[in-house]
Amino acid sequence: MSRPSWQALLALVAVVAAVALPLADGRSTIFLVDDGLAGFLVVWTVGLAAIFAVWPAGREASIEALFIGAHAGAAYIYLFLPRFAAAAPAWTFGQRPADGSGPVGFGTFLADTAGFWGLFLAVWLLAWLLVTRLSLLRAGGRLGSLLLRILVPALFGIWLLFLWEVVTRALGVPPVLLPPPSAIGARIAASLPTLWADFRQTFLKAVIAGFAIGSGAGFLFALLVDRIPFLKRGLLPIGNLVSALPIIGIAPIMVMWFGFDWPSKAAVVAIMTFFPMLVNTLAGLDAADRIQRDLMRTYAASHGQTLFKLRLPAALPFIFNGLKINTTLALIGAIVAEFFGTPIVGMGFRISTEVGRMSIDMVWAEIAVAALAGSVFYGVMALIERACTFWHPSFRT
Amino acid sequence: MTAGTEIFAYAPKRPNILVRFLNSSFVAILVVAAAIVAIWYVGAVALNATAQNFADERAGVTRDWPDFVKATWSQDKPRLPAPHQVAEEVYNTTFLVPPTAKRSLVYHGWITLSSTLVGFVIGTLLGIGLAILIVHVPSLDRSLMPWIVSSQTIPILAIAPMVIVVLAAVGVVGLLPKAVISTYLSFFPVTVGMVKGLRSPEPMHLDLMRTYNASRWQTFWKLRWPSALPFLFVSMKVAVAAALVGAIVGEMPTGAVAGLGARLLTGSYYGQTIQIWAALFAAALMAAVLVGIVGLVGRLVFRHMGARPA
Repeated sequence: MSRPSWQALLALVAVVAAVALPLADGRSTIFLVDDGLAGFLVVWTVGLAAIFAVWPAGREASIEALFIGAHAGAAYIYLFLPRFAAAAPAWTFGQRPADGSGPVGFGTFLADTAGFWGLFLAVWLLAWLLVTRLSLLRAGGRLGSLLLRILVPALFGIWLLFLWEVVTRALGVPPVLLPPPSAIGARIAASLPTLWADFRQTFLKAVIAGFAIGSGAGFLFALLVDRIPFLKRGLLPIGNLVSALPIIGIAPIMVMWFGFDWPSKAAVVAIMTFFPMLVNTLAGLDAADRIQRDLMRTYAASHGQTLFKLRLPAALPFIFNGLKINTTLALIGAIVAEFFGTPIVGMGFRISTEVGRMSIDMVWAEIAVAALAGSVFYGVMALIERACTFWHPSFRT
Repeated sequence: MTAGTEIFAYAPKRPNILVRFLNSSFVAILVVAAAIVAIWYVGAVALNATAQNFADERAGVTRDWPDFVKATWSQDKPRLPAPHQVAEEVYNTTFLVPPTAKRSLVYHGWITLSSTLVGFVIGTLLGIGLAILIVHVPSLDRSLMPWIVSSQTIPILAIAPMVIVVLAAVGVVGLLPKAVISTYLSFFPVTVGMVKGLRSPEPMHLDLMRTYNASRWQTFWKLRWPSALPFLFVSMKVAVAAALVGAIVGEMPTGAVAGLGARLLTGSYYGQTIQIWAALFAAALMAAVLVGIVGLVGRLVFRHMGARPA
C-alpha cells in the first residue's frame, strides 16, 4: 500500500481555505462561493482532483483529473486577476505601510487575500503533482514517448509563466522591476517591425556572417595545424587558454577598426567563435582509433583519403559540439559589441537605450526574441548534427 | 656476442637531451607565442601607418623607414599599440601607482575579482545543489533539466545592463548585481558537469552499495560524491572563466566607475587604446591565474584522495 500523496492532502486543505476565507477583502469582499457557477465549478473540479490524487499516489494515477483540475483552476485565477486588483486592499510594493488610511502592511494584505492565495497554492500543488506523475509515466510507442518528452517541460514552462503572471499582477510588482508576461507579449505584438529590423541587423547580418567566418576559419586552421605537429604542440595550449579569456573585451577595439555598422560586430563574433572551433576540431581529429588509422595505412591511403574517409567523419561529433557552443557565443558577442557604438538599430542598441528609458517590457521583448533566435539556431545545429552523425552511439537508442 | 645484447641493440636510440628539449611542447609554445608577437609588431606598423603618414605630413617631417617603423610603435593613441607599449602601460599602472589610486590596475582588477569570486562561489554551490536535486528527484530531472539548458539561451551578458538597473531600483548596488550575472553564468556548467559526475558511478558500484544496505546519504557521500569530483573541477574551470566574463561585462554598460570593464569602456570613449589593451591583458592574466588555481586545487584534492600523479 502506497503512502498518500502529501501534495494532494495539502491541496485539499488549501481548497478548504479558499472556500472558507475571502478571496479578497479590501475595498470590497468576494468569496469564492459568491461567484456563481464559475466559483462552484472551480471548487468542485479542483477539490475532486485533489481528492482523487490522494490515493493511490503511484504513477499514472488520476492524471486526467489532475490535468483538468489544475488547468480549470488556473484559468479561473487568470480571469479573476482584474477583479482581484479592484477588490484587494491597497498595498504598494516595496513601500513601508503608512498608518490608517494609507496602504496596508504586507501581512495584512496577505491575510485579507488568504482565499486567493489558498486557491493559487492548491492549483500549483496539483500542477506539481501532474508534472511529477507525467514524468514517471512510461508511454508505449515512439510517438507517445516523444509527445511526453515535449509535454512535461512545456507544462513546466507554462506553469512557470503562470506563476510569474499571477505573482507580478496580484502583488502589483512595478513593471519597471518585472513586467508580467502578458505585458511582454502585448509589447512584442505591438512592436513587431522594430523587433524585425533589430533582428535583421544583429542576427541575420552580424551573427550569421561572423559565425560562418569564425567557425570556417577555425576549421580550416585546424586542418592546417593538424598537418604540422610542431604547430599543434605549440598552438593547442594557447588556443585552450584563449578560449577561457574574456574575448568579449575586444569589442571596443573592433568598433574602432571596422566602424559602427555590422562588420565590427561580425568581427567580434568571428574572433569569439574561432578558438572553440579550432580546439574542438583538433580534438576531433584525434578521435579516430589507432587501429582504424592503422587499417587506413595498410590500405596505403593518402593523407587526404584518411582525412576524408576516416578522421573527419570521426571528428564530426566534436565539430558539431564546437558549432553548438558557438551559436550562443555568436549571439552574445554580437549583442554586447553593440553596446560600444552602433547605428540606431540592432538588438544590443535597443536593449541599452530602452533600459535608459526605463521601458523594461521592450527589453524583455528583445530578450524573448534573442532567446528564441538562440534556441532555433542551436536547434538547427542539433538537427544537422543528427542527420550527419546518425551512426554515433548517442543517437542509436 | 650474447643473445641479450643483440635484443638490446634493437631498442630505439634515446635522443640526446638537446633534441628532446627542442621537441618539447614548451619550446613549441614559446615559438608560437614569439610568432604571434612578431605578427603583432608587423600588424601595428600596418595599422598605424596611415595615421603616422598623416601626422608627418601635417608636421612636415620626412622619415626614413626604420625611423618610421619606430614612430608607428610609439604613437600616443595608436589603432593597434605595439606589445611593448601595452606591457609598459600594464607595468606603470600596476607597480608605479599606489593600489588605491583610480589609475591603478590593481584597484580595478580587485573590484572585478571580488565580484567574480562572489558570483563564482554562489554559482558553484547553486550548481552543485541543483545537480544533487536533479539526480535524486526523478521528476525534477525531466521537468527542470530542459529549462536549465534553455535558461542559457537567454543571453545574460546582453541583458546585463537591465539586470543592473533593475537591481539598483530595488536598492541592490555595488558588488552584488555583478555577482548575480557571474552566478548566472557559472552555475550552468557546474550543474551539467555535476549531473554527469553524480551519475558516473557504474551500476555495479551502486549495486555493491545496496548489498551493503547503504543509505541514500551513505551512497551519496561515499560513492557518488567522490566519483563526481573530477567532473566538478573540470566544470569549475569553465565556470570561473565565465564568472570573470560576467563580472567584466556587468561593469561595462552601466556607467560603472571602477573595474576592468569600466576601464575598457572609458578607454573606448576617449580613444585610449593602450588603456584598453592593458585592461584586456590584466583580464586575460586574471583568467589564466584563476583557471590555474582551480586546476591546482583539483590536483591537490585528487592527491589527497589517493590518486596517483599521471
